[in-house]
Amino acid sequence: MAMTITEKIFAKASGKRRVSPGEIVEANIDAAMIHDLTGPLVIHVFHETGAKKVWNPSKIVIVADHQVPANSVDAAQNHMVLRKFATEQKIKSFYDIFEGICHQVLPEKGFALPGRLIVGADSHTTTYGALGCVSAGVGATDMAAVFVTGKLWFRVPENIKIVVEKKMPMRVMAKDLILKIIGDLGADGATYRAMEFTGRGMRNITMDGRMTMCNMGVELGAKNAIVPADVVTKKYLAGRAKQSYKVVTSDPNAEYVETHTYDVSKLEPQVSCPHSVENVKPVDEVGKVEIDQAFLGSCTNGRIEDLIVAAKILKDKKISRRVRMIVSPASRDIYKEALDAGIIRILVEAGALVEAPCCAACLGVHVGILGPGEVCISSSNRNFRGRQGSPESKVYLASAATVAASAIKGAITDPRDV
Amino acid sequence: MARVWVFDNNISTDDIIAGRYLPKFEATNDSSWLGAHVMENIVPSFASKVGKGDIIVAGRNFGCGSSREEAPVALKAAGISVVVAESFARIFYRNSINRGLPVLTCKGVRKNFKSGDDIEVDIKNSVIRNRGTNKTFKFEPLPIFILDILNAGGLLRSLKQMVGKTKK
Repeated sequence: MAMTITEKIFAKASGKRRVSPGEIVEANIDAAMIHDLTGPLVIHVFHETGAKKVWNPSKIVIVADHQVPANSVDAAQNHMVLRKFATEQKIKSFYDIFEGICHQVLPEKGFALPGRLIVGADSHTTTYGALGCVSAGVGATDMAAVFVTGKLWFRVPENIKIVVEKKMPMRVMAKDLILKIIGDLGADGATYRAMEFTGRGMRNITMDGRMTMCNMGVELGAKNAIVPADVVTKKYLAGRAKQSYKVVTSDPNAEYVETHTYDVSKLEPQVSCPHSVENVKPVDEVGKVEIDQAFLGSCTNGRIEDLIVAAKILKDKKISRRVRMIVSPASRDIYKEALDAGIIRILVEAGALVEAPCCAACLGVHVGILGPGEVCISSSNRNFRGRQGSPESKVYLASAATVAASAIKGAITDPRDV
Repeated sequence: MARVWVFDNNISTDDIIAGRYLPKFEATNDSSWLGAHVMENIVPSFASKVGKGDIIVAGRNFGCGSSREEAPVALKAAGISVVVAESFARIFYRNSINRGLPVLTCKGVRKNFKSGDDIEVDIKNSVIRNRGTNKTFKFEPLPIFILDILNAGGLLRSLKQMVGKTKK
């Protein structure tokens, strides 16, 4: 029987020759991630179980990234809990406040490898699927169960195939494609399902872009989003991979409950309007929307490709006086790369404020919180009411290019027009 | 009998409990702090009005978004005893079961209830009833292993038992 890449990975992880959608399996976990805004609860539940030792300290990764450096006593205490736990349990892969966002750090440090099954106590754990692994978000108690047993039950998901064809035009990005898909399929268009991105057009999408797309798979409700490994993947992993890996691909006659094909050569920049991610329109149909803040960063779009496109747009230009532009590179490595390439200088000279690598303005718990009535254009992933601060504020989601162009004009702007 | 609160489609876990309330809970594990702010961004008065045993009836994709387990913790702390929805987002669904909050999938349920209605839930027979209209609805039966977790008040008890056994 033919299987998809996701089915093959679940079969291997649960020691079976084959699995089918709907089947409940108990699977071995290859890597488990927690961070400072979910990890303390995981650790609390872990202690409550009575367990003394985690199943395998080498398979746990801890990242402090949501409120770094600490902006409150609570945040400081949460960081202390992570440090203590990492020391007590001999967890070597602990990345303290300097390193960046978990969903950039795990791929960058070579934990996300083709064929693996990874869970993270964060919904955007779907990001790692860009490297050809199955990767899903879980809650604190499930993660505590993983810490105790190294296993978790899963319902093997049905599969949706997204076929990408051709190449995107200038200043249209992978973010625009995934926003378009979310607009078409809806905020529950992939609930409980695996989303597989395939087709010849995927060859033209960089690893940064693939991570953006898999990251937002969860905004359609997907259990996991995945891009079968190819030459782009192997190149990215060269010198990074923590272990050897074996590439897994879908069988040609594997079953999909839905297939959607996107010719991206005519794709336009897309904007997701408040207060639902599925409320997506082409940028030219958004109308006149003045902005107070522009946020470039997050696990969705704080990568080097995003900073490069923003710098190209902002070079020798000034950000509108009415706009506060906040930039947070997704990791320290990206920060260094952007420094070396002169990108940080361009952004600062244009008037942007560059913050430490962290989740920053994405979720309203750290820097860049919005006041009542304020409007933000954001390269992040969610625009739920009050997501970035006041319930009376509004968040529009767009690509790094659209964020940069909008920062110059002081209103939501088509990046092809600047 | 229980009082109903009706919610729309796509209620996110951010809606259920805003991010700004997570750091203190993660640091203190005080669930009353979450209960006091449940649904605050979308219905500011909700926490002061909701009562013990009340039931949420919602549309599609309830609990979408963030994986925060604080969402079912907040609902339980506020007194919510069951959530019935047309569909659930997967992480919230698992988290709710793991926290002992019954989450029942019932197609077409939302339009048959309004806030303030009196509802009866029979988990054993997979039936809910609107006591005002006397209409009944079948919800998708829960698998036995999920019922077992719910009956134990959440996953923690079985984890404790497992850890206890391996120690002996």
